[in-house]
Amino acid sequence: MRVFTRLFRELAGLFVDDGLLAILVVRTVAAAAIASLISGLWGGCVLLAGSLWTLCISVIGTRRE
Amino acid sequence: MSPVCPCLEPDGQCDDPKADCMMTLSVAFPAISAAFLAALVEAVEAVTIVLAIATVRGWRSAVAGVLAGLGALALLVLTLGPLLEHVPLRPLQLAIGVLLLLFGMRWLRKAVLRAVGIIPPHDEQIIFERESALLREHTHHTVRLDWIAALASFKAVLLEGLEVVFIVLAVGAGHGLLRAASLGAMAAWGLVIAICWTLRRPLARVPENSLKFAVGIILSAFGVFWTGEGLGVPWPGGDLAIPGIAALFLLAALATIEFVRRPGAGVQP
Repeated sequence: MRVFTRLFRELAGLFVDDGLLAILVVRTVAAAAIASLISGLWGGCVLLAGSLWTLCISVIGTRRE
Repeated sequence: MSPVCPCLEPDGQCDDPKADCMMTLSVAFPAISAAFLAALVEAVEAVTIVLAIATVRGWRSAVAGVLAGLGALALLVLTLGPLLEHVPLRPLQLAIGVLLLLFGMRWLRKAVLRAVGIIPPHDEQIIFERESALLREHTHHTVRLDWIAALASFKAVLLEGLEVVFIVLAVGAGHGLLRAASLGAMAAWGLVIAICWTLRRPLARVPENSLKFAVGIILSAFGVFWTGEGLGVPWPGGDLAIPGIAALFLLAALATIEFVRRPGAGVQP
């Protein structure tokens, strides 16, 4: 049972390590989904710019901590 | 860039109706590279633990655990890979794209944090010594250590290999690259196992952080591209947008490293 619990934790840990990063990524994707309703290209711009911004903010946030 | 069929079927025929056989090398090359490099990093980590087990308790139980672990991982790819091929392409691209984005940016963030010294680098020698000490400690308390050693070896391979399985499935499934990505990952594991078998010591000199940095950039670029595809984004240049997105991630990561390295940068007044 403990092995399965560990496996589940490892599986979840593959994608969510830093909570802030995960939240920012999901918010970026949600914003891109909304923007793509207006125009596909806008959606792409929001997704790309948001992802790059998320990386910078996440690292700088950790540095502040 | 000349178009190629990335399915790599022995007869040169593509049997996957969803795979775009005019997919260019701009997709196949980064996908296979990501699988190879990620597998290289994870194999080094797993083999360090297995080496510690083998040094303390002998090779027999360690190798048994490795074989069982590799078998379990292969079973996962062989089971999940064909299943994913039956999921409609756009929802699959969106789901895998988001997961790749989460996964790739997690690796990239960690690599950046290690590059600027905020978190300590991964030291295989320290891990090797810690695992060896732990196993020696168990020797005094139990007589069933061979099973424990085999299980520890199995767990090391399985847990480190799960990340590789995800990458292989994510870059391979739905795009006809499953076989190619699997071969890339297996080549990396084979290479690391062969080197460690010869040297009989952990590969402490592998530039692990640089590899994670590179894989993080490639996977983040794939994540953005496929999330966009799932949302219906018409990327300029089609597949050729992937290297462009990767270049932007590289620039952003390098700029972040430079910014954070400045004295007092990012520190609130």
